[in-house]
Amino acid sequence: MNQTNKQQPDWLFEITPKNKFFSLNLKEVWRYRDLLSLFVKRDIVTVYKQTVLGPLWYLIQPLFTSITFTIVFNNLAGISTGVVPPFLFNLASITVWNYFTACFTGTSNTFVSNAGIFGKVYFPRIIAPLTTVISNLLKFGIQLFIFFVFYAYFYWKGAPLHFNWATPFFPFTVIVMGVLGLGLGMIISSMVTKYRDLSYLIGFGVQLLMYISAVIYPMALIEEKIPEYAWIIQYNPLAYIVETSRYMLLGIGELPLGGMLYTLIFTFCIFIFGVLLFNRTEKSFIDTV
Amino acid sequence: MKEIIIKAENISKQYRLGKVGTGTIKHDLNRWWHSLIGKEDPYLKIGEANDRSVKGESDYVWALQDINFEIAKGEVVGIIGKNGAGKSTLLKILSRVTSPTTGSVKFGGRVASLLEVGTGFNGEMTGRENIFLNGAILGMTKKEIASKLDEIIEFSGCERYIDTPVKRYSSGMYVRLAFAVAAFLEPEILIVDEVLAVGDAEFQKKAIGKMQDISKGEGRTVLFVSHNMAAVKSLCTRGIVLEHGKVAFEGGIDEALNRYLSSKFTQMVWKGIDGDETLSLMSVSINNFSRDSNLKTSDSLQILLQFKLGIVLNDIVLGFSVLSGIANPLVGVLYNDYNDYTVINPGEYEVSFIIPPYSLASGDYEIEFNLSIHNVKKFTTQKSNLTFNLLADSEVGNKFFLQNHPNYNSVVRPNWFEYLKKNR
Repeated sequence: MNQTNKQQPDWLFEITPKNKFFSLNLKEVWRYRDLLSLFVKRDIVTVYKQTVLGPLWYLIQPLFTSITFTIVFNNLAGISTGVVPPFLFNLASITVWNYFTACFTGTSNTFVSNAGIFGKVYFPRIIAPLTTVISNLLKFGIQLFIFFVFYAYFYWKGAPLHFNWATPFFPFTVIVMGVLGLGLGMIISSMVTKYRDLSYLIGFGVQLLMYISAVIYPMALIEEKIPEYAWIIQYNPLAYIVETSRYMLLGIGELPLGGMLYTLIFTFCIFIFGVLLFNRTEKSFIDTV
Repeated sequence: MKEIIIKAENISKQYRLGKVGTGTIKHDLNRWWHSLIGKEDPYLKIGEANDRSVKGESDYVWALQDINFEIAKGEVVGIIGKNGAGKSTLLKILSRVTSPTTGSVKFGGRVASLLEVGTGFNGEMTGRENIFLNGAILGMTKKEIASKLDEIIEFSGCERYIDTPVKRYSSGMYVRLAFAVAAFLEPEILIVDEVLAVGDAEFQKKAIGKMQDISKGEGRTVLFVSHNMAAVKSLCTRGIVLEHGKVAFEGGIDEALNRYLSSKFTQMVWKGIDGDETLSLMSVSINNFSRDSNLKTSDSLQILLQFKLGIVLNDIVLGFSVLSGIANPLVGVLYNDYNDYTVINPGEYEVSFIIPPYSLASGDYEIEFNLSIHNVKKFTTQKSNLTFNLLADSEVGNKFFLQNHPNYNSVVRPNWFEYLKKNR
């Protein structure tokens, strides 16, 4: 070519083999904010199309799980939940836990389940996991609402429930949970593109994870009963999130401030690592997926 | 002086062949180790040019190798090449779906790519909702879409169904709606792959017209890949010919098309399975009843088909079309018996057709076969296509070569000449 270009204007962008080490292009994500909102809308509108009960499924699942847990773990196995009714204890834990697992499993599938779209058009890939985290927020909101309905019922029946100074910070805990789910999910999703084994691991891994995340028992209980294994729980940031949420919602237990600080740092590191890995993968995953 | 809007420098793309399985981790670890001690990726040195027909030595191939080009603002560039030449890979890289193994591409404007129409359409959502969703996926904002909504709906011609979930649409309507969204994109650079090959003839005309408006009237830069050479010719001003992952030619569209046509290989025999267990083509061939494998205009050409039928059928469609070198249909030939309802039982069959001498002018041709159940389903695809070259015969003066004249693209040259005499 003999077109010598005199003064080339600034290039808008450049395609290179690899992304820069850390490039979370927030400006670009912001430019695609409409896509994010439309994706969220799509997820919400289409989930329960052609079902009879529709969004009621959002309620049925945690309610039945709570009832089952109450019967098995509290009535049968005799786990004590203190002054709080076991059903409400379980409902609070499950609501919180469900949001985390929904974010985690949803985002861990990002590349595989979106391969069709990703293979045809470019948009900031991080929009897809963000969609999962945000659209699950609505489901979480509905479940939280039903929790408060039962909360009011038990309060009226005379259970010693009370909010405390920490309760207004509950949304903050939810955000931490979402970010942690997002970070872990992005790490897994990046690896799943090459090694599908992981998606099988996630299936039962999440179930097992629930048992070491203090979902069905208070943290203090395990420290009291099997202190030699308590470290598993104490190193698990999820346990602190669940425990803190219960403190905020039900006013039971202690607020694990040190634990929450640890969780914050852990979440931050996981999130950064997740973004790094995601950035590396998004460029050419379509060749291996 | 033209302003360069896309500049590609040394782009290459390497693919790993075979299964991703054992050995993947080994290679990954080896790569990682090399990058850790600051050495070059050991697998980048190997790899071969991408030629499907030759069995290679290495597990790695280069789908693209050292591609360089510059595209100026307002140009409409056609990327042409045989199947497997690297066109789609190049488009994928340019539209940022995947990244090159080496090299870089710089862009001076916003890019929208149409590798498929209707990406992200959701069957449960209505036409209107899908316009917004698809538009946003292609990079438009809600505001932009809303301001063009009426035009999009009008262009698609689906006004009546716009609030119906698209899963209830006919496939034609679906495609119309999808293309309509894409047609109203307003990026500086538009990358289009083969999307015009959808919809009915009327809509295709409309789509090509719209593409012409976009490129000519509105001065947008367009990169266009298509097997429809007629569309490429009418739309593009410049062409890039890819061969085995390398740029074989770059220049004016007419020269580029000639270059492409002359590089087309001939395939006069095909064996395989084209279809399914109901009805499938097993082999096709073309011959001239002689040892000389060069086909001449004076030869009788025999087209021989073998097919396998799995069910009892009384309305089989069996035939082929002769296409010109740039894929314009010239003649359709059928064993067409669905009016008589002759019953054909399951089994393997052989069919022969004869093209009489002096039917076609010299040049490049392609034959596309058609095995169908009338009004139900076509079983054959283009994979069984034959391509052949017809040479001029010295004895009879068929002087107008189809070859090198993309303009004469539907010329039948029968030998209808009777005499020439001097009366006075």
